[in-house]
Amino acid sequence: MSHSSLRIAVASGKGGTGKTTVSVALAEAWGDPIQLLDCDVEEPNAALFLKPEIQSTEKVFLSLPEIDTDRCRGCGQCVKFCQFNALAVAGGKAMVFSELCHSCGGCARICPERAIREAPWSIGMIRKGLSGSIQWIEGCMDIGYTMAPWVIREVLQARDPALPLIIDSPPGTSCAMVTAVSSADYVLLVTEPTPFGLHDLILAVETIRGMNKNFAVIINRSGSGSDCVEKYCKQERIEIILRIPISRKVAEAYSVGSSLIKAEPSLLEPFRKILASLV
Amino acid sequence: MKEIVVISGKGGTGKTSVTASFAALAKNIVMADCDVDAADLHLILKPEKSHSNDFFSGHVASIRSENCLACGRCADYCRYDAIDATDHSFVVKPSSCEGCKVCVEFCPAEAIDFNEALCGQWMTSSMRFGEMVHARLGIGAENSGKLVSTVREQARKLGQRNSADWIIVDGPPGTGCAVIASITGADAVVIITEPTLSGKHDMLRVLSLAAHFSVPSFVSVNKYDINLEMTESIEREAVEFGARVMGRVPYDEDVTKSQVKELSTVEFSDGPASQAIRRLWSELYLKVGH
Repeated sequence: MSHSSLRIAVASGKGGTGKTTVSVALAEAWGDPIQLLDCDVEEPNAALFLKPEIQSTEKVFLSLPEIDTDRCRGCGQCVKFCQFNALAVAGGKAMVFSELCHSCGGCARICPERAIREAPWSIGMIRKGLSGSIQWIEGCMDIGYTMAPWVIREVLQARDPALPLIIDSPPGTSCAMVTAVSSADYVLLVTEPTPFGLHDLILAVETIRGMNKNFAVIINRSGSGSDCVEKYCKQERIEIILRIPISRKVAEAYSVGSSLIKAEPSLLEPFRKILASLV
Repeated sequence: MKEIVVISGKGGTGKTSVTASFAALAKNIVMADCDVDAADLHLILKPEKSHSNDFFSGHVASIRSENCLACGRCADYCRYDAIDATDHSFVVKPSSCEGCKVCVEFCPAEAIDFNEALCGQWMTSSMRFGEMVHARLGIGAENSGKLVSTVREQARKLGQRNSADWIIVDGPPGTGCAVIASITGADAVVIITEPTLSGKHDMLRVLSLAAHFSVPSFVSVNKYDINLEMTESIEREAVEFGARVMGRVPYDEDVTKSQVKELSTVEFSDGPASQAIRRLWSELYLKVGH
């Protein structure tokens, strides 16, 4: 793998295990120019640690249908076609329920009167910035919207293909996580050594295996909980590539937005080794 | 019957640990695990005699390669990047397919099937504190919001049948479709946060979501002693937002220990976190229950 094609996603299953902490540590340990894509668009947090200088802010748009009421004859073909119940005919004319629209464009294509055109509708923001040698790109979905994968795709498209890439993925194993991880060649699954951590790690492993991606596990807060995650990884022959010891100092540093490596400089070398092993 | 939903914005703040303790403390309840993406509540409540139901929702497109003319119109029209070209045909990535039917409708060879999608399972079970409804979303599946709505609907049915006093919902992290489906129409949301910058940032986002849907919010800071200054600042901002601030829960290793023993914190220990959670429940009982 050449430097420019290093593409790592950091994912977890369970929330709050340390995805963002690990993503930021990897980007800091790299040293040379690298991109960090914050794809946790419901709750993007990487900026709290990177404190980037904002370079650009752009809106993310869906295309929402607009009915030309002069042309609409109320035939209802758009209503019949829409899979999301986002259209209805009232008073002989079609009308749109914007919050239900998935922006597929089907109604505009199917309308026999060409009475539907699409207009942009903002559902979030893509921000770019610089923090030292780290190019930060964040997607943030507006409150009340549900199309997270749409915003994630926009973040992934905003990247510079010439630079190596760290993807801070959303928690869970649903469509949003799969969308974020799909652009990576290698996945680091961050977990904690507790029954909750293990249970959600197993779901994440099933998901990543289903996607045919190479992966390894990082155990955060190692030394707390139990040995359940260690046992599982051994049994499944999954590599535990790093154990980050539980530490009140690290937790306190995290609480004020200080990065892991700044709080615990001895972890710089292990992160460099992980990166070196993946290049 | 009152329905309260425990959420957090940020993951890993202790939502499920607190919710499991509420299950032990409240009387006459139905529990619902709406974190269908990464459901953990059952690890503590250990449901038995589960009755499982398949959850179908929406459709997923599938191209019959033998009929495909490889014209590429489906990939052109697809807004979700869900169709890839192969050597002689095109293929749908089911995890990206939104089920909009555009490709099916406009394929000139009518080579695309549109099948109902199995998105997961939902279960009703009994456990030591009563009954619970929980679910498992299929890997990479869409429609987690609809599965959440199904879980809540079933919990309400059970609650009405049993004349329950409380439905207690363990909600998902984030602010997206699953969270919206979890909180709309609930009597209150209880936001469990932690005294960190990210905890605060994410709490403010879920508070505005709850306000958007006019659901009253209660906030409790878990592990408050990790950063007292941050705890105070979070509580101040929560009040400014119109939320009601409740008792704090201290950092206590018994919380993790109880999880390892598959018990709720209040069953396992009488330590500082356990006592704080008991007070939290009494407070909620008084403020929401009447």
